[in-house]
Order: sequence, then structure tokens, then C-alpha cells
Amino acid sequence: MALGASQRVDDVLKRFGERPEYLLQMLIALQETENWLPPAALTALASALRLPRARVEGVVGFYSFLHAQPVGRYRLLFSDNIIDRMLGSEVLMARLCHNLWLAPGQVSEDGLASVDVTSCTGLGDQGPAMLVNGRAVAALNEDRIDIICELIRQKLALDAWPAELFEFENNIHQRDALLSCAAPPGDALQAAIAMGRDAWLNQVQASRLRGRGGAGFTTAVKWLACRDAPATEKIVVCNADEGEPGTFKDRVLLSAHADLVFEGMTLAAWAVGARRGFLYLRGEYLNLRPALEATLARRRADGWLGASIGGAVGFDFDIEIHLGAGAYVCGEETALLESLEGKRGTPRIRPPFPVTHGYLGLPTVVNNVETLAKCCLIALHGGAAFAATGTAQSAGTKLLSVSGDCARPGIYEFPFGVTVRQVLDACGAIDTLAVQVGGAAGITLAPYEFGRRVAFEDVPTAGAFMVFNDTRDMFDVAHNFVQFFAHESCGFCTPCRVGTSLLAGTLDKLAEGKGSPADLLEIEDLDRLLKQASHCGLGSAAPNPVIDGLQKFRPAYERHLMHADFSPAFDLDGALRRARQITGRDDAGAHLPQQPEASR
Amino acid sequence: MSQPTFLLDGQSVPFDDGQMILEAARAAGRYIPHLCWHPDFPPHGSCKLCVVKVAGRHVSACATPARAGAEVESDTPEINTERRTLLQMLFVEGNHFCPACEKSGDCQLQAMAYDLEMTTPRFRHFFPDRPVDASHPEVLLDFNRCIYCELCVRASREQDGKAVFALTGRGINKKLAVNAESGRLADTDFSADDKAAHICPVGVILKKRVGFAVPIGERTYDRAPLHEVALPKSEDSA
Repeated sequence: MALGASQRVDDVLKRFGERPEYLLQMLIALQETENWLPPAALTALASALRLPRARVEGVVGFYSFLHAQPVGRYRLLFSDNIIDRMLGSEVLMARLCHNLWLAPGQVSEDGLASVDVTSCTGLGDQGPAMLVNGRAVAALNEDRIDIICELIRQKLALDAWPAELFEFENNIHQRDALLSCAAPPGDALQAAIAMGRDAWLNQVQASRLRGRGGAGFTTAVKWLACRDAPATEKIVVCNADEGEPGTFKDRVLLSAHADLVFEGMTLAAWAVGARRGFLYLRGEYLNLRPALEATLARRRADGWLGASIGGAVGFDFDIEIHLGAGAYVCGEETALLESLEGKRGTPRIRPPFPVTHGYLGLPTVVNNVETLAKCCLIALHGGAAFAATGTAQSAGTKLLSVSGDCARPGIYEFPFGVTVRQVLDACGAIDTLAVQVGGAAGITLAPYEFGRRVAFEDVPTAGAFMVFNDTRDMFDVAHNFVQFFAHESCGFCTPCRVGTSLLAGTLDKLAEGKGSPADLLEIEDLDRLLKQASHCGLGSAAPNPVIDGLQKFRPAYERHLMHADFSPAFDLDGALRRARQITGRDDAGAHLPQQPEASR
Repeated sequence: MSQPTFLLDGQSVPFDDGQMILEAARAAGRYIPHLCWHPDFPPHGSCKLCVVKVAGRHVSACATPARAGAEVESDTPEINTERRTLLQMLFVEGNHFCPACEKSGDCQLQAMAYDLEMTTPRFRHFFPDRPVDASHPEVLLDFNRCIYCELCVRASREQDGKAVFALTGRGINKKLAVNAESGRLADTDFSADDKAAHICPVGVILKKRVGFAVPIGERTYDRAPLHEVALPKSEDSA
């Protein structure tokens, strides 16, 4: 290893106090300077941390944004969610590849750039989007692509690129209690401190607040269990790993209302008696980090973080930001904890639950960004006022991330119980064929269901609301989602590791027009196994879009069938593609006829 | 006070508090299929072959605590079909050429496929590219057969105190890595005497120069089926 590189490894080790639980953060920091993670650097890190080298290698291998092989100096990743594709991402990616003379998945010969796709980057309201060395660029069009190519050709450092390339819009179109909250920082905390820890928790209980990350677990129950767990040290984690395709409301909360989020974390710490907090920020939201750090610094200076918060002796709490590195599964709370501990993000066996055995085995509450922000409203106005809106089982409001075929994509805050049709009207959607609520893992709604309500008791959602009009093919939508799950499976359990790939392969076959009725049966069988036997929610949700699609949009699938009972996936002529490429031949003699009739 | 029991396929099985369904069943001489579970280690729960149905939910028997009065379905057509599909998945994601494999007859994956009457691979083969590592003087690593049970990972870490193995990659691209910058087993402190050298349920970790010492036809699962071999000997359970 070069002397400079070795010095930089030492710097990173020192910066994170040589603590092995900061391994992922160290790897992210190291890659920022080295551009990739050379083998010698991993060996040096491992030995300094007294970790087996293979474990370090295993962590690098798990995260999409960490590279154990050399990559281009500019790593360009196009967001590949169906919404980005509908906005023309594929054509733009082809244009960029053409401009830079390279192929997707490869590094250009001069080592300057590499181009590939990545899972949804959380910019569906202003896509297509891409990441350049981890930093997001939204609202891509031909002009922006050409500008980016030129900047790359000039080998300009990212910091010297025009700042507006890295700016996002918040696109808030409908505000309710949360988004119109104008309370100054600290007010909610002061109110809760004045109540005392127990009375504050009683207010949370009275609010009937449920988790906004999708699962809908009652927040007060989680907090109580953590508070009562026998340990002196407790942890509060804010899950900002907003990876569900089509969701971006946490991004907007973190950029427009970061104080509410941090104050919510501090309120949680007041309730459970935690001294340490983590914001686990998905790698895709790297652009937000400087502003978030500045907000944390200001809150420390104002006495809303640190020792004796709000003058309450013994109320000590601080927050640090941890970055993710491209792994959807880390949104699952136990996988997130593994990742926070610097490990591969493999979901844990439960029980024990995080409230008793979480971060480093300590009692831990993990809450969604929106859930924590909502706690400020409860502290300010009381639990009863919070519970007065919404429905019987879903108190309060919900932020929806609306994207797709509508006039005004962006953020909409509605009380729970809003119908799908009301949301469609608000965002200006016409000729709607389907709505995907809750992201790829959610539910596909057909027009006859647009009267259903967004609420835990009807259509639950973490916030994604993707609109598809009647020019869209719902098979393409499901195909995209299944490819997403296959890419994001952690690979721990057999059904998800292999099943998502098999499912994606079968849909590929249909997409090529080679499907048969037997394939539809196979799909249903795989769906059932994934649902029943998977280790975590990723595997059991992976077949959702296909199950719904087959039930509600079956003709879209049947269009892709050959009229035969069975047709093989193996493509004899396709198998010669590589040979043709090598020999530079593409004449008729280099092709095999597929159908006997055609061979005449 | 009498010991609590649950029902496994309609028959009563006693258990101790905190005991998992699979362990309790085993102690009572009842077999539930498993590949990644091993009596010397805590439950891992990755292979999912031990899937059982409890109150309508499918759970891993190795990692689900037994509860008094629970009705557990295991040896039923529904569950065995599910297990067979899981086996087929394990077969197609790797490269398993049983007739040419030194572990044939001693391989739990193969034995389970016979046990559960798996007659076809059913799915399209993935044919992954997984080069073997023959660098070590005593042991050969044939990654083509890996099923990611992590028994070698756990044995090396917890019993040998070496951590020779770990997993890297993600999803279908997951793979076994060895603890050396070169990626070669020869450059680790691995030894053929390690516990990890003898724990692989399939044919990844093979001792060199003893190939086919026991002829095909006289091997472990040639003599008795897996569901008998896998149960503790009666003197152990007494």
C-alpha cells in the first residue's frame, strides 16, 4: 500500500476511535478518498480493528456503494425505479453511455467513469435521478446529461460542479398538522420536560401514535418496553433508510423539518432514558448530510442536545449520523441495527426484539423519521388532540410521496382515512389505471378500489403513492419491482435468495414473449413460498406486486404468453450471442432458426 | 409438575422451557429436516428446511420456542412440498454434480433430496462461476456446492478461534470468503484438524488424498436414510 493511502487508513481509524462498530462508517470515509477499497487497505483496517479480514471483506461485499474492485473516478448510477424509467431514464442513460463511450456495468478504458443502475434514489417527484459518486442529481434531461459529460471530460472535482445540480425541490403540495407546524425548536421538548418523563409517555399513549414506517406498531408500547428493559444505557435510533421505491417523504422532512425529527428523537430519549441517538441516513441522501450536521450543531449550541437538556438535570442526550451504503434491507429494523454495528445488514432472528436487545445488545427504540417528527405535535398539543384526527385505528395524519402519472407529484399530508380517489384528485391524476400504495412491497390498487382508505385498517403504507395511467403496462411495473427485490435480497435465507431471482427470471422470460401458462403457475407457487417461508419482510413482500398484478391485471400478463402449455426459457440462438460478438459476425448463417418451419 | 408438551403431527412431544421446536422434537426421537442447524451451535435459521406450520403460520422449527399445547405440522404433504421446493432452489443456485462428487453418499443435501423424494431440479440452473481453491496442502475448497449454512464460518470462529471463513456479496451473488488478502485458503491458518474442516454438510470442504476411500454404496446415507442418521443415538438422548 502506498504511503499516502496507509496514512489515510490511519486517519480514518483515528477519526472513529478505532471502534469496530464504526467499520461501515470507516469504509465509507475511506472510499471517499481512495475512490475504491483496495485489498491492502482492508487488510490494514482489519488488523487495526482486530477483526478477521474476511469479516471486513464481507461487509464491503454486502453494500452496493462499496467497491472492492477499481471503479471509474466518476461513478454514475441511474435510479432504476419504474417511475424513473417512465420519466425516460433509460434513454438518458444510453445517451450518457454514448457520450462517454462506455457500456453499463463497465469502467471506461481510461478509468474515468463507470455507469450502472441503482435502486430508487428517493427522487420520484423530480426524476429521472442519478447518483454521481454518491451525490444525487435530480431532474435529469438531455441538457443536464450533456453538462455532466462535459464536467467529467474536464475531470472537474465534484465540489467544483455547479451547486444547482445537487439541489432538490421539496414539492410540498398539501400541508396539515405536521408540515404546517411552526413551533420554534425546543418548544416541544420544553413542554415534555415540564410534564415529566412518565406523564410525557402517557401523552404518547393517549395519542395512539403508530409507526409511520409501514408496520404500524404502537409507538408508546415500544417506548414502554424499552424504558422498562433492565439496562442503564438505552439507545434511540431514527430509521432514515427510506429505501422503499417511490417513497421520499423522509427526505423532505429531513430537508425542510430536520428540527422536528431531531426533537422527536430527543423526546423519545426523554421517555425511555436514552443518552445516545443515531440517525441512520440512507447513502442516497448524502446531499442532506451537511445541513443535518449543521442543525445538530445549532441544537447543541442552543442546549437542545448535550448535557442537562432544557435545564433538566440528568437529561443528557446526543445524536450522531450514520450513513448507509446502498442496501434496502437495512430499512428492516434489525438489519439496520446490524448495519449500525458496522456489520452486514442481515436481519436478526426475533425474539429477542430491539426494545430489549438492540444496538450492541442494549435496549433500543427504532422509529421512522415521520413517527418521530409527529411526537413533537403530541408534546405541543397533547395526545388527545393528536388522536382527534384520523380513523379509529390510525390516529393523526400521513405524509404521502406522490409520483408517477399526475400533474403535481410531491408531498401530500392528509389525515388518515383519506381515500385513494381524494389523493388522485389532489395531485391531478387523470385516466388512472392503477395506484401502487406502499412502494414495491405494498399493494396495487385497481380503479374499483379507489374508494379505499389510506389507514392501517385498510390500505397501510409507509408513504409511497405511485400513479400509473392507462398507457402503462402493469406487467412492466411488477417486473421492475421484482428485479428490485432480487437485487436487494440480502441472501440470508434460501427462499428469498433464490426465489426472488427465480421470480425475476420467470418475469424476464415473459417479457421476452416466451411465457406460457405453466409459467403463471410457477409464479404463483414461488409467490406462495416467498410469502410463507422467508426470514424477513423483504422476502415475504417480494411477490406482492406479482400477486396483485395476476389478480387484478391478468390480461397484462397473458399478453406475454405464447399459446402453448410450456415453452423453455433456454434460447438456443441467444446462446450463440457471445460467439457472434467475438467473431464479429451477425449474418444469417451465424443464427440458428428457433422454429422448425423457419429453417426451410 | 409434569413437563409441558406440544403436538407434532398429532403426537405429543415434551419440552423444557425455552427449548426450540426442533430441539425438543429431536430429543423425543422425532426428525424435522434441517441443514444449517447443528447441535453444537445456536439456531441460525437460514436454510428454512425446518419450516413447520404452527397455528397457520410458517416458522423455522430451529428458532421458534416450543409452546405448551401448540399444534405443529411438519411431516405433511404441504410442508414437504415446500421443503422440496427449497431443496430444488439450493440445487439450481449452485453446481451440484452428485455422480462426480466425493461427498456423494455422505452429503446431507443429497440425502435430504432422496428423503423428500425430489426427482427433478424443476427450475432453470443458474450455473454460477465459482472457481475451486486447491491452494491448501491438505484441504480443497469446492465453492460450487456451498449452501450458505455458515457452519464452517461458525465453527471456525466459535470452536477453532480462527475465523477462517466469512460470507461476502449479497443476495444471489453471496459467496464464501476466506480470511486472506490473497483470497487463498493456503494463506490462512486453516488446518485439516480444525472443527471447521469437518462440519460442511455438503462437499465444499474436502480433505485431499482420501478421495473415494469409502466406496460409493457403503457410505453414510447409503446405509441408512437421513431421517434416521440425523437423530441423536439412543444412548445420547437417554
